[in-house]
Amino acid sequence: MSCWETIADYGLRSLGIGERLLPRENFTLCQQVTLIGSGLLWNIYFGVLALLSGFFLATAVALGKFSNNRVLRKASEWFIFVFRGSPLFIQFFFAYFAFQSLKSVYPFFDPFTAAWLGALIVLFLNTAAYSGEIFYGALRSIPKGDVEAADAYGFSGWARFRRIVWPTMLRLAWPAYTNEAIFLFHATTLVFFSGFPAWQQRGDALYYASYFADKTFNPFVPYPILAGYFILLTLLIIAIFGLINKRLNRHLPQAAKRGLKFRMNLIR
Amino acid sequence: MFSYCADPSTLTGLTWLSCYLTTGKHMAFYTSFGVVLLLLAITAPTALAFGFGGAAAARSRFLPMQLFGKGYIAIVRGVPDIAFFLFFVIALDQGFEWLRHQVLCPDWDQPIRQGNDFVVCQAAKLPLGNAPQWIHEVYGFLLAMLTFAIVFGAFAANVLFGAMRAVPHAQLETAEAYGMTRRQTFWRILVPQMWVYALPGLSNLWMVLIKATPLLFLLGVEDIVYWARELGATANPRFTQYPHGDWRMWYFLALLIFYLGFTRVSEVLLERLMQKLTHGQATTGGEAQRKAAT
Repeated sequence: MSCWETIADYGLRSLGIGERLLPRENFTLCQQVTLIGSGLLWNIYFGVLALLSGFFLATAVALGKFSNNRVLRKASEWFIFVFRGSPLFIQFFFAYFAFQSLKSVYPFFDPFTAAWLGALIVLFLNTAAYSGEIFYGALRSIPKGDVEAADAYGFSGWARFRRIVWPTMLRLAWPAYTNEAIFLFHATTLVFFSGFPAWQQRGDALYYASYFADKTFNPFVPYPILAGYFILLTLLIIAIFGLINKRLNRHLPQAAKRGLKFRMNLIR
Repeated sequence: MFSYCADPSTLTGLTWLSCYLTTGKHMAFYTSFGVVLLLLAITAPTALAFGFGGAAAARSRFLPMQLFGKGYIAIVRGVPDIAFFLFFVIALDQGFEWLRHQVLCPDWDQPIRQGNDFVVCQAAKLPLGNAPQWIHEVYGFLLAMLTFAIVFGAFAANVLFGAMRAVPHAQLETAEAYGMTRRQTFWRILVPQMWVYALPGLSNLWMVLIKATPLLFLLGVEDIVYWARELGATANPRFTQYPHGDWRMWYFLALLIFYLGFTRVSEVLLERLMQKLTHGQATTGGEAQRKAAT
C-alpha cells in the first residue's frame, strides 16, 4: 500500500472520514505520520475556537477585575482564581462528570458530554481566566498620560475604551498573550485523556501517538512525530501573533518598536 | 471504623456518611493525597538539581556541553508536557532494561525489538519477574518521579539560566579583577546572588508543579484521580455495603477544592518568603518596603 493511499484512507480519520478500522499491525512510518497529523485537526479545532471565544470573555473579566464595582470585581477575581488555581486535568474530569449528571436529568445536555462541545467549554473558560489575568495586568500598566490625553480630547465611555484603552491594553498584553496561546494549544492534548471519550477512536494527535506507542511498545517513533507537529504548530502561532503584534504597534516610532519577545517558561 | 458501622444498611444521614467516609478504600484515597505530597517533596529538589545542572551546562564554554544544556531547555518547552510524560515513562523503562541487558547478558544473540515486542533476557527485567507487588509499585512511582524531575528540570533550568544572567555583570568582572578563576566566580559570586532573581520564576514553577501532579494518573500510579474515579463510580448494592449513584462529580469537586486550597496556601507562604528576601535589597520591592516603613 503506497503512502498516498494511506493518506487518502487516514488523512481525515479523526473526523470519521475514510477507513474505519485503525491499522492493527505492521505499522508503517507513513501511517503514523498520517494518523497523528489527522489527530492534530482536533488540537487546532479546540485551540482556535477556545482562543477566539475566550478572547472576548477575557476582556470582560479583565474589565470586571479592574472595575470599581465591588460585586463585579469579586466575581471576576473568583473566576480567575478558580480556573488558574486548579489543574486543567481536574477541571476536565469535573466538567465531564458534571455534564453527565446533568444529562440524566435534562436531555438538553446530551452534546455536552461529547468532547467537541464539553471540552471546548472548559478550555474556553480556562483560557478566558488565564488571558483575563494577563489583560488585567496590561490594563494596570496603561500609561496614565494616554488616558488623560483621551479625557482632554473629550473621549469618554465606550469611545474612550474602544479607541484608547483597549488597543493599548492589547499592545501591552500581546507578548504574554502569545505565550498563553501556545500553551493553550499544548493543553488541548489533555482532552482525550481526561474522561471525554474518543468516540469511534476519533482522537487528537496525542491520542493516536499513544495508540501507536501502546501497540508497538516503541515510544521512539510516534512521540517524536508528535513533537515535530507541535513545534511546527508553535512556529505557526508565533508567526501569526507576530503579524498581529506588528499591526498593534504600527503607530509607534520605529526605534521604540520591539520584535515580539516571547519567553516560554510555563505550562499550566 | 466506628463500632456502629457493623450494619450500614440500617444507618441514615450523617452516621451513614461518617461510616462511608472511613471505609478501607477511602483510607487508601486519603493516603493517595500523601502520595501527591511525597511526589512534590521529592520532585521539587530533584527538578531543581536537574535545572541547576542544565543551566550550568548551558553557560559552559565547552560547546557540546553548551548545546546539550540549551537543547534540554528548549526542547521540553516547545512540545506539550504530557507528551513528554507519556514518552519518558516507557522510554526510561526500556532504556534501563536495555542497559542492564547489555551488562548482564552479553551473549544474547537475538534482536531486542522483535516486531511489536521489546525482549530482554530474564535477568535484565526491571523489576525482576519474581519481585513482590510492592516493588513493582515503588518502581512505577520512581519512574514517574524521574519523569517529573526531567520535565520540570527543564523549566527550572530556564528560570535559573535567566537568573544567572540577571546577576549584575559588574559583580563578575570584579571577581575576575580579584583574580578568581571561572569556577570560583561561578560558585562564590554568581550562585549565591542568583536566588533573589530566580525566586519569582521558581515560585511560579512550584504552582505549575502542584497543578501537574494529577498527571500522575496518566503514568499508571494509583493517585487521587484514580481513587476519585474508583470511589465515585456507581456502587452496586451487590458488591458493596454502601451503594450509591454516580458521585464522581462530587469527588472531583473535592479534588478541585483541595487544589485550590493548596495553591492558596502556597501563594501566601511564597509571598511571605519573597517579602523576607527582598527586605533590604536594592530593588524596587525593597525600596517599596523601606518607604512603607517610614
